[in-house]
Amino acid sequence: MTDKTEQYWPRIRTVGFDGMLVSFGDGLSEPANRAALAFRAAVEAAGWDGIEESATSLVSCFVRFDPLAWGHDLVRADLSGLLAERDWYAADLPQGRRLWRIPAVWGTDLAPQLEEAATAAGLSVKDAIQSLSTSRVRVQTIGFAPGQPYLGELPACWDIPRQQALTARIPEGALAVAIRQFVLFSVATPTGWRHAGQTAIKLFRPESDTPFVLRPGDEVLFPAVSREEFENIRAAGDPDGGAVSEVIQ
Amino acid sequence: MTRTLTLRKAGPGLSVQDMGRPGNLVYGLSRGGAADPLALAEGAALLSQSPDLPAVEMAGMGGDFVADCDLRLALTGAEMRATLDGTPLVWNASHDWPKGAMLSIGAARTGSYGYLHVGGGIDVAEQLGARSAHLGAGLGRLLSEGECLPVGADPVKEVGRILTPEPRFGGGEVRVLPSLQTDLFPPDVLARFQDTDFHRDMRGNRMGVRMNSDGPGFLIDGGLTVLSEVIVPGDIQVTGDGAPFVLLAECQTTGGYPRIGTVLPCDLPKVAQAQPGAGVRFRFVTLDQAVEVETRARATAKGLRGKVQPLVRDPHDIPDLLSYQLISGAIAGNEEM
Repeated sequence: MTDKTEQYWPRIRTVGFDGMLVSFGDGLSEPANRAALAFRAAVEAAGWDGIEESATSLVSCFVRFDPLAWGHDLVRADLSGLLAERDWYAADLPQGRRLWRIPAVWGTDLAPQLEEAATAAGLSVKDAIQSLSTSRVRVQTIGFAPGQPYLGELPACWDIPRQQALTARIPEGALAVAIRQFVLFSVATPTGWRHAGQTAIKLFRPESDTPFVLRPGDEVLFPAVSREEFENIRAAGDPDGGAVSEVIQ
Repeated sequence: MTRTLTLRKAGPGLSVQDMGRPGNLVYGLSRGGAADPLALAEGAALLSQSPDLPAVEMAGMGGDFVADCDLRLALTGAEMRATLDGTPLVWNASHDWPKGAMLSIGAARTGSYGYLHVGGGIDVAEQLGARSAHLGAGLGRLLSEGECLPVGADPVKEVGRILTPEPRFGGGEVRVLPSLQTDLFPPDVLARFQDTDFHRDMRGNRMGVRMNSDGPGFLIDGGLTVLSEVIVPGDIQVTGDGAPFVLLAECQTTGGYPRIGTVLPCDLPKVAQAQPGAGVRFRFVTLDQAVEVETRARATAKGLRGKVQPLVRDPHDIPDLLSYQLISGAIAGNEEM
């Protein structure tokens, strides 16, 4: 970061009429993502009247409020005050986060672009599986589709571009890779990300008491399972797809 | 006794809508809800009930509906041709809907989204705290022929009320606030954006509508490498071909296209309701002006009940005039007063 950047960030801006955004950078970085997660946890803990909801994007914390009940100036002052309380880039991640282990098949016909992704990363298929299945990644944000996480940061070799053409349909539970991130798809959709792994987890469960499985800040490992093990998991019909979680201490 | 209505014929864009399900942005789920929330408030005023009760939203085209018990109905939003057992019904008004009567609603004459409200509201089950269909998220779904919709209990009897709607069905001027990325656009592009006559594209849905114009687009250098950031309804994103795309109730929660501004919440129904081809102009306002405008709009929405008038019928519209008791209340002149 240059001096100029340090003066510029963090920054508070309005979003539309009833939103305000505290941003910790203009590019994705681990400290900016951590700052956003920590700052949102502090906003939630503050429990200010007038804040109707808060959320995080990759490097920002968003709050929505009713400007006719709580003026923009008041909300901005509250956010500025909280910002000044500490160095959020050095903040600890929030409590209560969980570590998930979600079994994945890497490659095979279930995830047909592993080889292509490995080549782009300059790795053999074997090394690619080793790297992807042992990288502990964080839910940096959830978006695009309900419950669908962006996970990172993968080792530097995975700074591979998205493909030019779109894949017409990537299935639910697919694990796709680009720009040092995974997306774990919560719905079947077209995508430009390369399909390297497949899981059996269902991330969005509208009928359940916990409709959204992952939360921003959670960490995830995708241990490799064989095709046969994966079919057994899938046949069991468990929406968790064999995933287990523990609270990070 | 269960109260229901049945769809005998369904247009292609019918769904149950309410004020949406706020609070799930952090999980990637936008609020959703009616494309034109003001129409829900108008229907509620006509039926003297809560604006939170769900109604049937009709995109472009209605359908045929039969009441399975005596109901009250109100029609708001984009005006569509409507008849009850063949008799024309006044739009923006409330009416009795007797058991067995067929309500036929045709294509929109002006505007895009019509609303059918019933006394007691459409009583489908809640999902994640609301009863609206969020089609993009796979919550609820489009309504189809043969479907039977539950209707809530209705303690009110009153019908025959009419309301003059806030004008919003033919496009027009739409007020915009600068937003996160407005300063990525050079001043000359922002000026041209405000001076351009846009026309709502033929395509459009609950996620958003595209605005077409003659002349060059509004794409900026580096506009396709902006970091993904939070999206709110009303955001105007400039996509790869340079056309502005106004995001509506079912928008994504995050996105990487640069946004030139955000439409004020009270002007968003005007965007949603503009019919294909309708002219739209965008004008930037300041935050202070926006607060003023929104304050007035909220007062208007709150005061809708006070603006409801009795529906005076033209005798020509009453087919069985002879069956009406027209002289009740008349006096002979010699009664003791």
